[in-house]
Amino acid sequence: MRKTIPSLVVLLVAIASPLAAAPKNSCLTCHAELEGPQGEPAKKFPSDVHNQAGLGCADCHGGDPQDDSMTAMSPAKGFRGAPKKTAIPEFCGKCHSDSNYMRRFNPGLRTDQLSQYWTSVHGKRLRQGDAKVAACVDCHSVHDILAVTDTRAPVYPTNVATTCARCHADAAYMKGYNLPTNQPAQYAKSVHAHALAQGDTSAPTCSTCHGNHGAAPPGVSSVENVCGTCHVINQQLFEKSPHQAAFAKMGLPACVQCHSNHEIVPPTDAWVGVGSNATCIQCHAAGDKGYAAAQRIAGDLAKLETFYQRAEDVLNTAERSGMEVSTPRVELVSAHGDLIKARVEVHSFNPGEVQKFTDEGTDISQKAYQAGVVALRERDTRRKGLGVSLIFIVLAIGGLYLKIRQMESTPANRH
Amino acid sequence: MAELYHRILKWLDERFGAGAVEDFLRHKTVPLHRYTIWYYFGGMTLFLFVIQVLTGILLLLYYRPTANDAFESVQYIVTQVRFGWLIRSVHSWSANLMVFTAFVHMFSVYFLKAYRKPRELTWISGMLLLFIVLGFGFSGYLLPWNTLAFFATKVGTDMAGFVPIVGKWILVFLRGGPEVTGATLTRFFGFHVAVLPGLATLLLAMHLLLVQQLGMSVPPSVERSIAEGRAQPRSMPFFPNFLLRDIIGWYVALGTLGALAAIFPWELGTKADAFAPAPAGIHPEWYFLFMFQTLKYLPAKIGFIDSELLGLMAFGLAGLVWLVVPFLDYKAGFGRVTRFFTGLGVFALGYMVVMSALALR
Repeated sequence: MRKTIPSLVVLLVAIASPLAAAPKNSCLTCHAELEGPQGEPAKKFPSDVHNQAGLGCADCHGGDPQDDSMTAMSPAKGFRGAPKKTAIPEFCGKCHSDSNYMRRFNPGLRTDQLSQYWTSVHGKRLRQGDAKVAACVDCHSVHDILAVTDTRAPVYPTNVATTCARCHADAAYMKGYNLPTNQPAQYAKSVHAHALAQGDTSAPTCSTCHGNHGAAPPGVSSVENVCGTCHVINQQLFEKSPHQAAFAKMGLPACVQCHSNHEIVPPTDAWVGVGSNATCIQCHAAGDKGYAAAQRIAGDLAKLETFYQRAEDVLNTAERSGMEVSTPRVELVSAHGDLIKARVEVHSFNPGEVQKFTDEGTDISQKAYQAGVVALRERDTRRKGLGVSLIFIVLAIGGLYLKIRQMESTPANRH
Repeated sequence: MAELYHRILKWLDERFGAGAVEDFLRHKTVPLHRYTIWYYFGGMTLFLFVIQVLTGILLLLYYRPTANDAFESVQYIVTQVRFGWLIRSVHSWSANLMVFTAFVHMFSVYFLKAYRKPRELTWISGMLLLFIVLGFGFSGYLLPWNTLAFFATKVGTDMAGFVPIVGKWILVFLRGGPEVTGATLTRFFGFHVAVLPGLATLLLAMHLLLVQQLGMSVPPSVERSIAEGRAQPRSMPFFPNFLLRDIIGWYVALGTLGALAAIFPWELGTKADAFAPAPAGIHPEWYFLFMFQTLKYLPAKIGFIDSELLGLMAFGLAGLVWLVVPFLDYKAGFGRVTRFFTGLGVFALGYMVVMSALALR
């Protein structure tokens, strides 16, 4: 008997161990059996990031997952059920605003989402009872929430625009908000959307400029700061330019005035100057100082572009002819760098500053062009030399052939 | 003029018996039949080899065999040195033409059964020369130290590492360390300008001596026709009749080389960077493509053996069989043409052409 008792204890521990490893969850057991909306959470939950972190239904909804009966969902057992739309932010924020609690899962995770949310247009309207605005689950989904870093998540950078567009592109849904619904379509045409589509996840999407949890349109005065988070030099040049004060006085948004807001297409040199596509002539007219400056900047840019392209073409031709032009080719790269710098310098709206770069680039382009011309001349000389050599070779072959014929014409020398 | 020539000859004859050379040349003949054209490819290969030596010596005046300087020195040769572009391009094109004519020469000798008794050693010395020519190609490919050559050498020397037991040692020996570095370049330069030329000179002397000693082989079918009285034995004097024809061929080769160098100068590429990612489309020189393509088709493992090892062993074995073919096809020595060996040659040629074409697709 003394031997039997320890053996039984070992056996019971062995049987109980696997049961202890998988905690009981009566919520999933029952809801998995149900059809429709009540069964859906149980089906979705296995892929949810909360499930993967070891959390269960009761951690959000309360109740007793150990209880197999309906009393598991009694208020006495702390059951909170599904929150109303207006209560969702606080429902999620209960944990997500608790630094001590969140630290257990990820010490680097932000806990200011709820407070930010209440500053957003969405949050403010929700507080006023507007249940149509976005709350947590509208963007992050529910019961199948994925980590932000998961490429399938609706809030992953490449998916954000589509997620926002679900409401903001729906004219019927947005009726009454006095907001255009073409921004997602406009954004899709932008240089930013193209960069994102090509896998550059650092390219801006809706939330980069508008904020995510604290989403709101940037005010006129803060536009340059929003763009300046990435386009630092352009912002600095703009701030030093005469345009900043003028725009502020006229109440014009900085960058957006020329580049638009959502449909930010790649700029061209034609935007600068006084041509029909130039943005400068929206405000400046012939005879004013800005008009003359725009004309001069456009002229300098066009000159460098022409000289650069000419050098590029001649070097390409020389390279296709097999000529070694790698040194002028490398030098021409810095001319292209000057062109880029000059285009950035346009934001100073100072023709003298732009000219410093265009002059340098033009000078380099001219040297590269000359090197290309020399290479092509050398190619022609080689071909002429080849032609002359071939004439001599053909003559020598002809001479040898005649010599053989003459030699073998005598019977003694025939084979 | 003729008198001056005879006086010079007499002067030389009195000192080292040059008359014997003239006598030899006067009596040396070349068989004349419908396959005579194939005799010219040996001389053509020799001519291109001489071009290689001459242009190689000129390149040596400026080339610097270090990882820091090699690329820049070749760039200097092709852009700054007078006619440097021509010398460098002719050296590169001539190397490729030489490999081509060497292969044509080898296959013509094979199909005309010129390796049969008593020319077994001529065949073996020729085959060893071909291997050395390929070694010249492999070592010379790296010398400009450009990206493509750097990574192709990396892949090529990696292959050596698959050889069982001594593979690791061979790899380190070839590279001068575990990786392709400046040490590999210096080493390859040494092989290219000292070791291989030394070996080539010895083998070439032996090969030419054997050709002179044994004369040119007459194909079995021609021999049979003569023996059966269906044809008359015909020949032409080597000097000057055959030699003048040879010179015509060399002029054609010279013109072709000049045209290739002027119209398609050999490109330099970009300087090798060991830390840069390997570029797409790395491939060896065209004459190694058939092996490269075969290895690409093989699965990672065949049974429990690495397929690279198996592929290399197969090529090694094929090379060995090819080398000793005069002893395997000994019946050819008695004038009996074995269909098996002719078929083997057709298969080898077809395999190399098809695989190379597939690699170039």
